[in-house]
Amino acid sequence: MNRLSLTTFTLLQTVTSVGLSALAWMVTGVRPIWSGSLPSDRQRIYFANHTSHGDFILLSACLSEKERAITHAVAAGEYWGKSRLRRFIAEDMLSSVLINRQWTKPEENPIEIMLSVLDQGHSLILFPEGTRNMTEEPLLAFRSGLYNLSMARPEVELIPCWIENMSRVLPKGQFLPVPLLCRVVFGAPVAVGPGEERRAFLERAHATLLALNPRPERDD
Amino acid sequence: MRHEISILIIGLLAVLTTASVVAAILSARAPKPLSSTLVNLTQRINAWWVMVALMTVAFFFGRYGMTILFALISFAALREFVTLTHTRRSDHWVLLGMFGIIIPFQYWLVWTAWYGLFVIFIPVYCFLLMPAITALHGDTERFLERIAAQQWAVMISVYCVSHVPALLTLEVPGFEGRTLLLIAFLIIVVQGSDVLQYIFGKLFGKHRFSPNVSPSKTWEGLIGGLVSASLLGALLSFVTPFSPPQAAAVAFVACSMGFLGGLVASAIKRDQGVKDWGHLIEGHGGMMDRTDSLVFAAPVFFHIVRYFWTV
Repeated sequence: MNRLSLTTFTLLQTVTSVGLSALAWMVTGVRPIWSGSLPSDRQRIYFANHTSHGDFILLSACLSEKERAITHAVAAGEYWGKSRLRRFIAEDMLSSVLINRQWTKPEENPIEIMLSVLDQGHSLILFPEGTRNMTEEPLLAFRSGLYNLSMARPEVELIPCWIENMSRVLPKGQFLPVPLLCRVVFGAPVAVGPGEERRAFLERAHATLLALNPRPERDD
Repeated sequence: MRHEISILIIGLLAVLTTASVVAAILSARAPKPLSSTLVNLTQRINAWWVMVALMTVAFFFGRYGMTILFALISFAALREFVTLTHTRRSDHWVLLGMFGIIIPFQYWLVWTAWYGLFVIFIPVYCFLLMPAITALHGDTERFLERIAAQQWAVMISVYCVSHVPALLTLEVPGFEGRTLLLIAFLIIVVQGSDVLQYIFGKLFGKHRFSPNVSPSKTWEGLIGGLVSASLLGALLSFVTPFSPPQAAAVAFVACSMGFLGGLVASAIKRDQGVKDWGHLIEGHGGMMDRTDSLVFAAPVFFHIVRYFWTV
């Protein structure tokens, strides 16, 4: 985390992000559908369904170059921090924010780490299911991070984003992607209501994201 | 050949310019905000400018340009097709093979003019081996539906499309070195027929051809489009090895196949519950929305020329 320079978007990161966005377009023809929100350089937390390592690449390919430069995906430290190469890819090339789900020391507290990114005026891409969804369920239950972040920084917009088809493009355990058309549906912002309970909010955010799926009848 | 190509390009530029001017006049006179038909018309014409420009560039690169262009068209069409079908995790390797092996190999066969393998590689080897690989994966859920969709996807998007650049491999006596013009003739006549059917349909369309499949296709559009496209074919006979009546007859057959291709594509879209195949071409939809007619016309055109005009 401290090695990650959040204020300078390095040349390496620019090249990587442009390259990956171009690749994402060539493979998936990815196209954003703004349905309830619009592109903006406002500070945001984009929260999305998670089925594949390619998810955040697809989502950030839908953002403008300027937004992409200040938007960081939150990734699992247990996986991406395992070796120096993985850490280099995640932090230095993709400028992700690594958090440990099984944290012990206070400085590893994921909420604190994410808040420190938000406090620099940057945006986050968050997968509130906490892990890649490999089940038949379209969307797993949300963990509470989304609620905690929104309570701590209510001025940051929470944008639900449904990523379509990515589980078919790059299923778990596969390395090569199959070219299929993908869309990312950006919905209307969600906010914690006055006095809204944690569980109620998470369920509402979950339902809002699920409702964005353009073809729910055939998510295979 | 340069002379004929110049005439074709000038002709296309004249048609597109006229279309753009007419659309601009209609838009200026129409009440605001513009109707969706007019907006779509302008988008379609603008996309035609881009498509004609791309085709022209590919033409100047000759055999390279055509083979690469149509391999890319196959890629885009196959991607749209597979996206619409039901796939399972166990299909991953078959799907990868469709994009990574079948497309490059089929176009390599076109490039090397290996006719014997070109015509059977997909219908014999791929059609037998693809379901075998799927069966070896042991996942029998909706098996027949999955293998049928994969085969039809490859048939339409790769096999049929590859017959367009394969025209370059035909040896027509007295027409040596000019086979690129066969591609120009086929594309102009078939795409022209689509446009003419659209225009006749919008102007005179009353009787639906097949309301269950495609509400926009009418008898008036079909007849007007086919007759005028056949005349267009006769007019273009100077770029072909055909006499004017022959050119009209060949154009008529190709455009009739094109109409059926559009009808089948509409039925598939309706079955899958979508309006367009994709969103690659502004105003038109996806690649398959623009090539559905060419896909059906190309193999038939190829074999007519091969049977009657080559030795």
